[in-house]
Amino acid sequence: MVRELQTSGASNAQDGASVKITFKLYASLTPLLPGTGTDHATGVEVDPGTSVLDVIDQFKVPRESAHLVLLNGVFIAPEERHKPLLQDGDTLAIWPPVAGG
Amino acid sequence: MAWTRNVLRVNLTQGSCSTEPLNMEWAEKYLGQRGLASKYLAEEIDPACDALSPDNKLIMATGPLTGTMAATGGRYSVITKSPLTGAIACSNSGGFIGNEIKNAGFDMIIFEGKSPKPVYLLLENEVATLCPADEVWGKSVWETDEILHTKYQDPLLRIAGVGRAAEQGCLYASVVNDLHRAAGRSGVGTVMASKNLKAVAVRGTKGVGNIRDPKAFFKATNEGKRALAENAMTGEGLGALGTQALMNVINEVGAMPTRNMREVQFEGASKISGEAMLEPRESDGKANLTTNAACFGCTIACGRISTIDPQHYTIVNRPEYMGNSGGLEYEAAWALGSDTGVDDLDALTYANFLCNEDGYDPISFGATVAAAMEMFELGAITTKDTGGLELKFGSAEALTKSAELVSTGEGFGKDLGLGSKRLCEKYGHPELSMTVKGQEFPAYDPRGVQGMGLAYATSNRGACHLRGYTVSSELLGVPVKTDPLSTEGKPDLVKAFQDATAAVDSSGLCVFTTFGWTLEDIAPQVDAACEGNWTAESMVEAGERIWNLERKFNLDAGLTAADDTLPERLLKDAAKTGPAKGKVNELGKMLPQYYEVRGWTPEGVPTDATLERLSV
Repeated sequence: MVRELQTSGASNAQDGASVKITFKLYASLTPLLPGTGTDHATGVEVDPGTSVLDVIDQFKVPRESAHLVLLNGVFIAPEERHKPLLQDGDTLAIWPPVAGG
Repeated sequence: MAWTRNVLRVNLTQGSCSTEPLNMEWAEKYLGQRGLASKYLAEEIDPACDALSPDNKLIMATGPLTGTMAATGGRYSVITKSPLTGAIACSNSGGFIGNEIKNAGFDMIIFEGKSPKPVYLLLENEVATLCPADEVWGKSVWETDEILHTKYQDPLLRIAGVGRAAEQGCLYASVVNDLHRAAGRSGVGTVMASKNLKAVAVRGTKGVGNIRDPKAFFKATNEGKRALAENAMTGEGLGALGTQALMNVINEVGAMPTRNMREVQFEGASKISGEAMLEPRESDGKANLTTNAACFGCTIACGRISTIDPQHYTIVNRPEYMGNSGGLEYEAAWALGSDTGVDDLDALTYANFLCNEDGYDPISFGATVAAAMEMFELGAITTKDTGGLELKFGSAEALTKSAELVSTGEGFGKDLGLGSKRLCEKYGHPELSMTVKGQEFPAYDPRGVQGMGLAYATSNRGACHLRGYTVSSELLGVPVKTDPLSTEGKPDLVKAFQDATAAVDSSGLCVFTTFGWTLEDIAPQVDAACEGNWTAESMVEAGERIWNLERKFNLDAGLTAADDTLPERLLKDAAKTGPAKGKVNELGKMLPQYYEVRGWTPEGVPTDATLERLSV
């Protein structure tokens, strides 16, 4: 279960039963994240055991567009994304294929 | 045309121009552009010479695919000995000048000596003329471009030149072509100005020919274009946000050099990012980014065309800066922004415009201002030195005023034009210079991207991301993902990137194609275009040969293994935040292994066996 946090940041779940994370979408994925400013972030509350893929699917991010997936700045390989990695206070940030130099 | 087989030699001391045949034996070993011109330079000058003396030479060189229908086949490079580093310099640029030189009938132009008076070279097909530059000396690149276009009444005249910064001796001056593309790094523009050569104006109409196997060439280049279009990075990502898509990525992974590399994350990164360039502004409802743009033959189109907010303090009542021009790319945005702590997108765009207008490297400039800001904070530089300028981290006014001073070489601009190394030495804090071999760092903190530390330390032109962009593997997963915080396997990875890049830089193609291509895609295009048996393997071998040639040049110039290092800040002061928190760059673990995989002695000298194997 993945829920967007209300603007007050109040939890819908009972204390201790949910995990709050910061979710960021960048580049062409930004419009999939409602109501964000230049920080491209929103608060999300998930049940314990939620995977990165659960969040990706909930926000309708096409899985093939979730190219660069960073959990607290660390790359999460595609084969890790179905695992229950999310911890309270984590930041999950996702980019489509981007490059530069 | 693959090869015109013609070299234009311009003796500036004598004022003469002559044509000679291209050395095809060297072309089959060193390919073109970076590799071939480096061979010419190494053979023709004493590597120990003074870079700003008439003994140095400056070569403008194309590759075999420059001017052909290959995707991105419009590149050229400027090769010389650098006044900033004392090492060999090779700065690569796109735009349209490379194609024009090839179409005028030349593979490369070698400038030697020094003109007694300022001149520019006019090249109309095979006819080369040195013209007095009285009307353009002392002018900016943009003014020079306009004056020459007006004079010759030819909108298709392509011009590469130097601005006032180079004339004033700024040691990181660039050669700007087509108004806002640049052979940007290592002070190649400073060398050009030292020869009293203001500009090269070229018109070539001879067309394309000499393709070795036209049928195979059409097939290979068409397949290549399809691959670039179908690849998400080269087909979509780079065109949309350009290199600036990396601003938020690199900040998130904690490898964003901030405030003279004291920190690895910048709180203002999102405000100066590629995404921010798309946000409509309040004053006129327009975004900073007007459109993307492509160089000659390019199907990727990563270039940025931008405007500054008309109400921004930098351009009020200055209509000359209100139009569209070359916008921020990631390297410029980082150096002008996070390294100085400035998060004002329009101030950065203005400073970037000035870097193009008067020809200087925004990376070296931004990093030098950052070093000056740290010394200002310490009291080592005061308003007495700066002429009243408060050089504080985060001050947009300090950044834009600094750019105005470097453009003209006035006041403290003279000191800023020295570059970070000499500036820090002058004011008693050499440890605050974030440089390798005297060249300022690009946009990836090596505490958060370990392989880049080794790539910087061993780069043949000083700190540089384009000599071995292991970021591609360590952060972006191309061609395979490696752990940015681990040193394991990095010596081999760095060598592989360095050799492959040296080959691409010698082909006439843009290195950005390698986000979508491997050498298996490039080699058939090169092989069909020109002489030599070009396969992915032989291109890697040529790349390794070029790397060793450059290394040998640098050793002969007086550099040693002691120069293959990083500033103490990166080796001893741990990153404070992000995934690399607590980490330094572990260069000491990687460097000995690197020398070994290179076939060099523990002192970093190529062994006789290595040089013989590669026939350097």
